[in-house]
Amino acid sequence: MGIELKGITKTYDHSEKPVLSEVNAEVQDGELFVIVGPSGCGKSTLLRMVAGIIPISDGILKINGQVMNNVPPKDRNLSMVFQSYALYPFLSVADNVAFGLKARKMAAAEITQRVDDALKMVNLTKYRDRKPRELSGGQRQRVALARAIASDSKICLMDEPLSNLDAQLRVRMRSEIRELQRKLGLTLIYVTHDQTEAMTMADHVMVLHDQHVQQIDSPLGIYNHPANHFVAQFFGTPQINLLTATTSGNGTATQLIIDEYLQVSLDNPIAAGTYTVGIRPNQLGMKQVAANSGNATVINVEALGDQTIIEAVMDNDVEVRIVKDGQVHVELDQRVAVTALGPAFVFDDHEALIAEQGGVENDRIVAVN
Amino acid sequence: MIESLPSTKQQPKGPEANNEVTAKVKSFELKKNDKYYAWLFLGPSILLLTVFVFFPMLRTLYLSLFLTDTFGNPTVFIGLKNYTTLLKSASYIASLKATGTYVISVSVFTIIFGLLLAALANQKLRGISFFRNIFTATMGVSVSVSAVFWLFMFNPSLGILNKVVVAFGFHPINWLTTPGWAMTAVIATTVWMHLGFTFLLFFGALQAVPKSLYDAASVSGATSRYQFWHITLPMISPTMFFVAVITLISGFKSFGLIDLMTGGGPTNATNLLVYRVYKDAFMNGNYAQASTEAIILTIIIAIITFVQFKLLAKRVNY
Ligand SMILES: Nc1ncnc2c1ncn2[C@@H]1O[C@H](COP(=O)(O)OP(=O)(O)O)[C@@H](O)[C@H]1O
Ligand SMILES: [Mg+2]
Repeated sequence: MGIELKGITKTYDHSEKPVLSEVNAEVQDGELFVIVGPSGCGKSTLLRMVAGIIPISDGILKINGQVMNNVPPKDRNLSMVFQSYALYPFLSVADNVAFGLKARKMAAAEITQRVDDALKMVNLTKYRDRKPRELSGGQRQRVALARAIASDSKICLMDEPLSNLDAQLRVRMRSEIRELQRKLGLTLIYVTHDQTEAMTMADHVMVLHDQHVQQIDSPLGIYNHPANHFVAQFFGTPQINLLTATTSGNGTATQLIIDEYLQVSLDNPIAAGTYTVGIRPNQLGMKQVAANSGNATVINVEALGDQTIIEAVMDNDVEVRIVKDGQVHVELDQRVAVTALGPAFVFDDHEALIAEQGGVENDRIVAVN
Repeated sequence: MIESLPSTKQQPKGPEANNEVTAKVKSFELKKNDKYYAWLFLGPSILLLTVFVFFPMLRTLYLSLFLTDTFGNPTVFIGLKNYTTLLKSASYIASLKATGTYVISVSVFTIIFGLLLAALANQKLRGISFFRNIFTATMGVSVSVSAVFWLFMFNPSLGILNKVVVAFGFHPINWLTTPGWAMTAVIATTVWMHLGFTFLLFFGALQAVPKSLYDAASVSGATSRYQFWHITLPMISPTMFFVAVITLISGFKSFGLIDLMTGGGPTNATNLLVYRVYKDAFMNGNYAQASTEAIILTIIIAIITFVQFKLLAKRVNY
């Protein structure tokens, strides 16, 4: 059940290079599945193949166990919310919501009922006779949602539905969509380029980049065990610090040395060599030291009130970001000693995760009484 | 205050003026200064319009209330008699009907064929851009050239059309000398002439419909036919309306084509209102009647334009 992608590949006409290759994924019934990746990585392409708007070049798409590759969009029984909302400018809000139902030749009474219910659910009842151009961006967005709700299909696809809204509204709509999805029991595939949306909304996240699926996991799974450089850098703000480190001595080792102050001990030994170590900004420690000691110089301080972000340049010219809770008073050009506090990720020269300094989960999970 | 001289501008705070009044003077003088410029710029065009448009219009209205001699000079004032005579004349009523047939057919067929070609060109087919250029080609062809071109096609013995008719086993048709066919021929030629421009307008309108509307519709269950009637048509209705207005009004003014192809014949079958004005004035020397006809034609066009814009404001504006 749910939606199954098997080796989905897409090559657009007139181009030889595929946009997506060998995408495999399983979307469970009733979950919110987020597809995330930078702009142009093929998120919309993938979603449109699921909707049936564009053909699949290779691979198999199954919905509820049935192969859908050649089923036209109108028979796939799903709803879709577009980035541009795709509202019909010449129709009122109510008629926009009713459009698909009328096209399917549903009985008038049933249409009225469904439109009323859907508009009520998104709080647009009193705008039902307005034209889209007489609505704010947020209200248009709700019309698009109402249209999906009214269709009553159990599978819904959303392509960056919040990207045209202002920051505050985006945060509110995030939880409203999540709530709606739970209430209606929707299987929702949600496309976004925004890692925060992915982190906050998803049951499972698929990270797309460079034609390929980079990782599929729960949001925390991805945050705590990023499969590679790209995923590590894509999730978390400020961005993770990637530093070059070498093992101590010959043979296998558990100690990775970046410099005199900054070292990481691993749970399990790894082969001798040079690696990239990823440490999140809040897992770096910082101590102010005298002018002629330490391993870095502060070059920028951003005080956010509840947090302070410090940028420092290490003696090997690599910039690092450090996040401290609360308000930290530190001057520019102050010499500091940067140290590793908690979890770290070790990547090989193919940028893949090969080792971790553990304690990630233990570190994060705080008992609530 | 209104008469205040420009020089007061230099000393707005004259001893006798309180501040409030000064402020008013200042702003008024600015406007007044603007007015000089307004007249300066508008002058030449108002002069030209008066000489070549307003005066002839009023003169026409004036003449329509008189009997005239063969030089177009008014002789006897007869009030609205010219109008009543004209509206009772069978041949004038026939011209009215012919004009109605002509403008409506031209408008309807131009829209239908223009839209068809545009819809065809809007398909993603191989080599379609070649056809796009062909379709727009008639835009560059003048009235006289296309009239001559079609005269050849309609030629009873040499024309391609009769060759086709004969090939299908029918008798050749005297296109331009049989009343019904002459009207058809004139309509066809006019539609053909409008087609390039209309095609371009419709093609632009079709291209401007966001693709996502169709995507949304097909996901929500609409067939392509449903999409055409419920998305494409409403989306391009402003363009359709615009084309209707243009073709209707230009139909009323269609002169060159009639003159070159049929000369209003046969037996007045294509003697459209505007051509009638010309014939009555400059061939029959009946200036009073021609003026009356011109005024009626102007009123008809004005009414149609008014109705169209009322409709435009109400329906097509989304
Ligand atoms: N219709 C198309 N024809 C050819 N290439 C396309 C088409 N649509 C998208 N692409 C290309 O496919 C890539 C992925 O596009 P898209 O799926 O829209 O990315 P995203 O939604 O992740 O920003 C882009 O490089 C884009 O240029
Ligand atoms: Mg996209």
